[in-house]
Amino acid sequence: MGRTSSTKEDAGALFHSLRSAYAATPVNLKIIDLYVGFAIFTALIQVVYMAMVGSFPFNSFLSGVLSCVGTAVLAGKSNFLSPLFAKDLPPERAFADFVLCNLVLHLVIMNFLG
Amino acid sequence: MATMPASASDLLKSFKLKTKQQELLIRVSILCLVYILAFITRLFSVLRYESMIHEFDPYFNYRTTLYLTENGFYDFWNWFDYESWYPLGRIVGGTLYPGLMVTAVLIYRILRFLRFAVHIREVCVLTAPFFASNTTLVAYFFGKEIWDSGAGLVAAILIAVCPGYISRSVAGSYDNEGVAIFALLFTFYVFVKAVNTGSLAWSLASAFGYFYMVSAWGGYVFIINLIPLYVLVLLITGRYSMRLYVAYNCMYILGMLLAMQIRFVGFQHVQSGEHMAAMGVFFLMQVFYFLDWVKHMLSDTKLFQAFLRITVTSAVAVGGIALGLGMVSGYISPWTGRFYSLLDPTYAKDHIPIIASVSEHQPTAWSSFMFDFHILLFLFPAGLYFCFKRLSDATIFIVMYGLTSMYFAGVMVRLILVATPAVCLISAIAVSATVKNLTVLLRSKNKVVQTGSTKGSGGSKSSSKALLDQSQPFQKNGAIALLFGAFYLLSRYATHCTWVTSEAYSSPSIVLAARGAHGNRVIFDDYREAYFWLRQNTPQDAKVMSWWDYGYQITAMGNRTVIVDNNTWNNTHIATVGRAMSSYEDEAIEIIRSLDVDYVLVVFGGVTGYSSDDINKFLWMVRIGGGVFPVIKEPDYLVNGEYRVDKGAAPKMLNCLMYKLCYYRFGEMMTEYGKPPG
Repeated sequence: MGRTSSTKEDAGALFHSLRSAYAATPVNLKIIDLYVGFAIFTALIQVVYMAMVGSFPFNSFLSGVLSCVGTAVLAGKSNFLSPLFAKDLPPERAFADFVLCNLVLHLVIMNFLG
Repeated sequence: MATMPASASDLLKSFKLKTKQQELLIRVSILCLVYILAFITRLFSVLRYESMIHEFDPYFNYRTTLYLTENGFYDFWNWFDYESWYPLGRIVGGTLYPGLMVTAVLIYRILRFLRFAVHIREVCVLTAPFFASNTTLVAYFFGKEIWDSGAGLVAAILIAVCPGYISRSVAGSYDNEGVAIFALLFTFYVFVKAVNTGSLAWSLASAFGYFYMVSAWGGYVFIINLIPLYVLVLLITGRYSMRLYVAYNCMYILGMLLAMQIRFVGFQHVQSGEHMAAMGVFFLMQVFYFLDWVKHMLSDTKLFQAFLRITVTSAVAVGGIALGLGMVSGYISPWTGRFYSLLDPTYAKDHIPIIASVSEHQPTAWSSFMFDFHILLFLFPAGLYFCFKRLSDATIFIVMYGLTSMYFAGVMVRLILVATPAVCLISAIAVSATVKNLTVLLRSKNKVVQTGSTKGSGGSKSSSKALLDQSQPFQKNGAIALLFGAFYLLSRYATHCTWVTSEAYSSPSIVLAARGAHGNRVIFDDYREAYFWLRQNTPQDAKVMSWWDYGYQITAMGNRTVIVDNNTWNNTHIATVGRAMSSYEDEAIEIIRSLDVDYVLVVFGGVTGYSSDDINKFLWMVRIGGGVFPVIKEPDYLVNGEYRVDKGAAPKMLNCLMYKLCYYRFGEMMTEYGKPPG
């Protein structure tokens, strides 16, 4: 009994501390996080749609989902404002890489859509 | 008189370069020489015979390349070939790896643009040596990334002449592996570079490298399993970092998307069991990223530990359940026979005789290892030792690549090729580190002597070095002796490799040579003569039945429709041909008529003593035919379990179609190649 209540308290404390820490992040970081969240949300909508309608043009489904996941991942990674970002590269280079990768991603998606 | 030496010494001084520039000059000149060496050591068969395509599979690649040059990419991509697999045809556009053909045609177009009037066949013959030279360059950069530039140079030299690689990349061996090994090493190099620098640009390059590999060879499955395994090992050993996250994610998503553009691969990246490791590691990486973020957010470590435990267990559980559901419901297909037989070598012998019958798929003997690797075989463990001494993200990768590829090389002879770059790199580390240590020993003593004489005072370092030298007075001599030994070993390696290339790996196997009675050289060009006979003396729509080995060559050189060829995608069709070859003549004629065949081609070596003819392969025809049609039973053709073809052979053997065709009027020493049935 003591164990479960302590984990519950732990979970509650965890949640609260996370929330307060997150509220303290600067606004532009939160915008980028919103962008990533939106991309993943779009991917989820596509999956639900496929579950309802069936997956006939499978390549179109895949390209749609992967484009959303791809932009989410790329944005999350090139987030040079984030404190987790690796400090070895200058931000301009990171941004240029981000643009290049997005370009390649969308070209391949357009070829794959069919 | 006095001024001339002064001006000469001034001249020399102006040429004298700084040490760094000297080093650069030495490195560049070594690389240029190695580049040229890798190319010319593969040219033995072109010099001895002529510039032609070797073996069986390359003929199909050559035919498709011809089609591509004549008809353009769109027609090539959508090509339906009605000239092979007679009643069925083959969707060529969707069942081949286009990388090799596209590369050759690209080189051909560039050369034509520069107004060199080459024929596409020359380009095809020389594609593999050209890419072997490029591989040596990639090996240099890879060695530089893992260890230092000395190791890179040694790796380039070792891989330029290593027989394991030469065996599949001689001039004329126009096969997927010639280009694929370059793509493999390039992808690995760029990925390790991405992990080391954490830059998106390098990961993008590795995604493109992976795309090139997927377009070139079915062995790309090795990459898509080794890289996730490597990432997993890094995660487990606590080396997670943002650089790893960036490198793997970008490579996985973009690489997967690019790979799905190849029709032959299709949707396998999300549906096949062989590719699920990559997806699992992808999700695991997201979990790690999330954990990293949470850890950064929280200040309380105890809370974080609890959170860590919960998250990891739930993530692994969810992943396991998803995988289980996928496999049980059949959505995720299990490992296909070709790759499953790598994990369980006995599987193919019992279940898939076609895979078991290919001589390249047999397990490797020690003699093959020694033959193909020579001194690299004992330098490999030495290199592993050095790698473990200096563990970093890059050396962990090369250790894993080396160990996994050596395991697979032990299972199948053909995969020695995949192990060769890893073995060369690791051995190069051993050689470079050893030589470096020895030369440091040599130099340090000189330096101590110099500083002792010029400066006159000793810091603690030089005095301790002097003490060291005094304790082992023969250290310098030992170092010199060891260096000479290393030099001797490496020169023996080079000699061995050249001998192996010249004797064993340069035969085109479509033209045979032997020594006549007076020591003159006799050339047997029988294969090509037979195919040209077919081309010139049979009607345009004639259909030829032969064993599947010769299918590609008949379509490429004879230009006639065949029943089965080397693609071996339809086991039942091959079994039908096998049944026809092993039945009595009246049963066989029924089968042959039902397939609309006009000509039967058999290869018989009784006149010349050629040992790998159809009589030698006959038991495989029986086994494959018997695998589908139980009417054919292997023991019928054996005498006391022994395979005999003389007077004492089994009666079924003496009366079957193959025997009758081969030994027709053999008593009069006549052999016929193409001959109508019945």
